[in-house]
Amino acid sequence: MIETQYIDLFTEHRSLIDSKSTKVLNDERNKAFEIFKTLGFPDRSLEDYQYSDVVKEFIPDYGFNLSRLSTQTNPYNAYKCNVPELSTNLFFLMNDTFHKEHQPKTDFPKGVFIGSLNDFAEQHADIASKYYGKVAQLENNAIAAFNTMFVQDGFVIYIPDNIVIEQPLQLINILTANVDFLVNRRLLIIAGKNSQVKLLACDHTVDSHKFLATQVTEIFAEENAHIEFYELEENSNQVTRLASTYVQQEKSSTVLVNNITLNCGFTRNNYHVKLNGENAEATIAGVVIADKVQHVDNFAFLDHAKPHCQSTQLFKYVLQEQAVGSFCGRILVEQDAQKTIAYQTNNNLCASPDARMYSKPQLEIYADDVKCSHGLTTGQLDEDALFYLRARGIAKEDAKLLLMQAFTADVLKLIHIDVLRDRLEELVEKRFRGEEARCGDCAICK
Amino acid sequence: MANLLSIKNLHANIDGKEILRGLDLEVNNGEIHAIMGPNGAGKSTLASVLVGNPNFEVTEGEVTFEGKDLLELAPEERACEGLFLSFQYPVEIPGVSMVNFMRAAVNETRKHKGLEPIAASDFLKLMKEKRELVDLDSTLASRSVNEGFSGGEKKRNEIFQMAMLDPKLAILDETDSGLDIDALRIVAAGVNKLRRKDNATIVITHYQRLLEYIKPDFVHVLYKGKIVKSAGPELALELEEKGYDWIIKDFQD
Repeated sequence: MIETQYIDLFTEHRSLIDSKSTKVLNDERNKAFEIFKTLGFPDRSLEDYQYSDVVKEFIPDYGFNLSRLSTQTNPYNAYKCNVPELSTNLFFLMNDTFHKEHQPKTDFPKGVFIGSLNDFAEQHADIASKYYGKVAQLENNAIAAFNTMFVQDGFVIYIPDNIVIEQPLQLINILTANVDFLVNRRLLIIAGKNSQVKLLACDHTVDSHKFLATQVTEIFAEENAHIEFYELEENSNQVTRLASTYVQQEKSSTVLVNNITLNCGFTRNNYHVKLNGENAEATIAGVVIADKVQHVDNFAFLDHAKPHCQSTQLFKYVLQEQAVGSFCGRILVEQDAQKTIAYQTNNNLCASPDARMYSKPQLEIYADDVKCSHGLTTGQLDEDALFYLRARGIAKEDAKLLLMQAFTADVLKLIHIDVLRDRLEELVEKRFRGEEARCGDCAICK
Repeated sequence: MANLLSIKNLHANIDGKEILRGLDLEVNNGEIHAIMGPNGAGKSTLASVLVGNPNFEVTEGEVTFEGKDLLELAPEERACEGLFLSFQYPVEIPGVSMVNFMRAAVNETRKHKGLEPIAASDFLKLMKEKRELVDLDSTLASRSVNEGFSGGEKKRNEIFQMAMLDPKLAILDETDSGLDIDALRIVAAGVNKLRRKDNATIVITHYQRLLEYIKPDFVHVLYKGKIVKSAGPELALELEEKGYDWIIKDFQD
């Protein structure tokens, strides 16, 4: 059993894990461990994991950094993000450790905390314990339970009531090691009443080793809070990313999650959104560009628990060569959630005969006055459109490029930060051109 | 000097069915040719074959364009050589803006001629000038190619693209179909303004109506994949009056 080695590792090193972390995190481990032992890793017999064999990703022998040795790389010297205006509020997670040196000198408003999960849990134990682990549903998610067992640090954004952080924050997740390596990251975003915050999280790989990164993100949007959470994955082909994002939204809050998978090895992103107050609005979107033998699986679960909420899911995949994509979107409208509006769209382009896409819309509706729709299409490039462009003198490859870019355009349009959208459009174009889609001056990636 | 376009004994199939069966046609600079004929005669097939639509297969014959073997060229190369088709059914391409589309097209043709890409300001000036020619408003640039365009707008957009690309030979495939009289006038006026001594136009049409606005030098009747009669502009009027029966009766099986 693959689980055994991890169970043994946890049991043997439990005191070490605890000693390098904080009470709030440690308190959750026992429960997580019990759940993990019961569930084991999700295999393909589970409907939600039918098309993604995540179990095999845990087979390799990975190193852990349980004693929290610091990495040698100084990300600030190496990393120059080429998204102007975004680069000022830059934070780093080196593997799964918050990088405390060289933090941005920005004076955030009083009460705001942006930084290490451990520090937050120590300095604000009351707030941390109120939120940490409270929305992640471990009982249905063995990998989130696994993450909770081992996690020792992470990144926190805490915005008290009525505070607006105008400038986007940026978190760079860097994978670096000299052996095959397993990291467990944790993100916690708490936006108080009437607050606003935007975060861009970028995944980068520095070394050519094999990595497995689990990530659990918990997002709390209190009444009338507005959160934008952008994720950009630019990992190497040797990286397995298993991420779960849990969102809980109160009255009149809006949350946008937009994930762009530009380069990866094996990726599974889970999104669980609970619309827990009236007039809340959630948008969960994603673009996937995959080639070689890359594998990307997005799973979204939108739970309409209260009336008058709106949710939109928009996922687009462009698969080339032998890439495999999977999308499952589930909308649950609970009995009381009248006047729900829920849309789901998944459009996929298989640009090679060997690319494969599995797509599965699921609607579960218990209220009787709702507006829900789902649409999915999987196809090839429109031959008529391709010919039309060529008939105007545009070379076949360029015409394909235009059409592929156009295909992803509406997801990128959902990005509300202009400079970021422009930059991403550029990166997507580069990616389609087959050039290395790297963040310009990012020295780490070079 | 070689003809601008010379078609000899052209045979073409779609899905194994022969549509063009030995078609001959010659077009020279400064000329406007009208190709008329009943439904199913092969008019649109001719247009499609000339611009290299991959759905059609040429089985016999030859086509030269300024002396070059046209059939050897990819569709984009034909366009860059100066061949243009105004599509009967312009294709909607969501997500590709007209400005990006036209910039790409203009620059590809320039590259083909060994010219540098057009300067941004010159390009915008050109766009403005040409869209005004066919009465399209300033929102055109940011709209997706043909998406949400009315029938008339789509056809005007075709002529706009023709004006932008300045082809040597333009083929208008049923450009009059689905147009009201105002749109027809705008389209025809656009085409006439683009007419020069060093370019040519083939107008494919079912009705004589468009030819009141675009005066052809030659009128050809296409029937069963062949040109069965060629004459001057008076032929169009005669066809309008008498229909096709008097011409095609000799060619029926």
